[in-house]
Amino acid sequence: MEEKRIDHMKYLPDMEIIDSTMLEDVLQYHDAFRNEDFTAKNVKSALAKTHLEPQDFMALLSTAALPFLEEMAQKAHTITRRHFGNSINLFTPIYFANYCENYCIYCGFNSHNKIHRAKLSDAELRQECTNIAKTGLEEVLMLTGESRHMSDVAYIGNAIKIAREYFRIVGVEIYPVNVDEYKYLHECGADYVTVFQETYNSDKYETLHLAGHKRIFPYRFYSQERAILGGMRGVGFAALLGLDDYQKDAVATGMHAWLMQKKYPHAEISLSCPRLRPIINNDKINPKDVHEKQLVQIICAYRLFMPYASIVVSSRESPYFRNNIIKIAATKISAGVCTGIGGHIIEDEQKGDEQFEISDTRSFDEIYAAVKSEHLQPVTSEYIYL
Amino acid sequence: METNDTFVLGGHEFSSRFILGSGKYNVDLIKAAVEQAGAEIITMALRRVEAGQKDNILDYIPKGITLLPNTSSARTAEEAIRIAHLSRELGCGDFIKIEVMRDTKYLLPDNAETIKATEQLAKEGFIVLPYMYPDLYAARSLRDAGAAAIMPLASPIGTNKGLSTRDFIQILIDEIDLPVIIDAGIGRPSQACEAMEMGASAIMANTALATSGNIPLMAKAFRQAIEAGRAAYLSGLGRVRETASASDPLTGFLGD
Repeated sequence: MEEKRIDHMKYLPDMEIIDSTMLEDVLQYHDAFRNEDFTAKNVKSALAKTHLEPQDFMALLSTAALPFLEEMAQKAHTITRRHFGNSINLFTPIYFANYCENYCIYCGFNSHNKIHRAKLSDAELRQECTNIAKTGLEEVLMLTGESRHMSDVAYIGNAIKIAREYFRIVGVEIYPVNVDEYKYLHECGADYVTVFQETYNSDKYETLHLAGHKRIFPYRFYSQERAILGGMRGVGFAALLGLDDYQKDAVATGMHAWLMQKKYPHAEISLSCPRLRPIINNDKINPKDVHEKQLVQIICAYRLFMPYASIVVSSRESPYFRNNIIKIAATKISAGVCTGIGGHIIEDEQKGDEQFEISDTRSFDEIYAAVKSEHLQPVTSEYIYL
Repeated sequence: METNDTFVLGGHEFSSRFILGSGKYNVDLIKAAVEQAGAEIITMALRRVEAGQKDNILDYIPKGITLLPNTSSARTAEEAIRIAHLSRELGCGDFIKIEVMRDTKYLLPDNAETIKATEQLAKEGFIVLPYMYPDLYAARSLRDAGAAAIMPLASPIGTNKGLSTRDFIQILIDEIDLPVIIDAGIGRPSQACEAMEMGASAIMANTALATSGNIPLMAKAFRQAIEAGRAAYLSGLGRVRETASASDPLTGFLGD
């Protein structure tokens, strides 16, 4: 069935346009990256520097850097400990609605996928929060599918207010909204906003996001900037590695974050490093070329380029990988994760299906103990909502 | 002489001139700082304190230690003031270290906002210790605003680079009649010793200990260095000359 597709580069009428050239700037770096341009000499030069320039960052993401992976990891380890000490922040996601109006062909929540849809009522959300808070967690990331119709800004704001009664830090990962809406969500108690651009290759993006507001590439791109303008403390960035050329996407993700920090020096910057994982009703999609080695390379390159950035590694990755990456560069990991709707209300029962299968199913206590056993300090809360 | 050399801060007397900073959050570090470095004041980021949190930092601080809560994560004077109020509500005492930073990359203190917060909180009866970039005008304003001490940075926080701002800190020591506590960047005991020789009142350090191979031993080294530097300052350092001192002076013929 051929759907009539809208122009993915053209804003829809209700979408706010902000005065910024960051999209052009980031895409210039994305398009300019040529893996074959970099040699061992460029990589060595980057590794010798204290402050990396974009060219150095690109060299570290090139294939020429792979033989230097151990050296990158050693340096990333030193920089991470210097900036973050032994702290590893723990949080958990709360998936509180999975209605979605988008059609993203790789996603378990997409509107064409026949899964159980649900959204939590206030009472259910309170139950979910109570059970999570009991474990000792103090930070949550509130997630929805992308449906303004079924989960409007008022519904999300209300959910944030409820979550704030139980947790010190509340972040959101929801559909992109306008500045005044981010401002409202901040007033409700949310402090940071994560938006995955998925891929920075706009042509590829167009072929993956066939319908819905998410199809509008520039509106999604400028989410973090609108969030900061709305008063949020921090913003998170990511490409879903493996959707397109992972090196170009990592270059663009890093440059997006780097340019945002440059433009808004007070903004807290966070980077996530998701790879494609198997999803419900579509287990044919596999990570193309981002193996663990490449993932470590990307994470180390992020760290060396942005020593100040928080780096999040989700439960998409295995316990073994997560136990090791926190020793190198990751500073934040999720714990006690369930990606279904209401998965914490009654064990083994949930209202709505999960977005993807996770690899690390360890409880908060198990992860807490694992972090401590590496002589690192698990930290459940590091911010005051201001 | 040394037995009477107490360090007076905000009307409170301390015998130790080592203060543990809050940067690296680590239970072993607190233990070493108290037992080996003799710390009597421990800084803590209020953002990390919460009743009920597992491994609550407060549970690891021995009795008799003075808590110095800081306002890290504040980006404006207003936010610093709100954190200070919260600190008081949580029963963390009247000491407050002002940290206002509006740059997540370098974490440099914003002197202008710091002055505003200091003024307000001093009026409210807090013992205000502002973390600052070592600028004479800002230091004077902080003094006039009611700061109990000033805390200039030696070099960017967490870098262990030592006294990069040496000459400017010396100006503050010479000109500001308040305790000058060196905060941020001290990486080695020898640098702490040098700052104390210059006339600093106390040293705050964290990363230097936290990132050392043997935390208790490094804590002990800091204690010794700070004591040595303080003793040298009190003794009056010998003069440093550019040329050799002639034992047969050219003007000797003039007689008395």
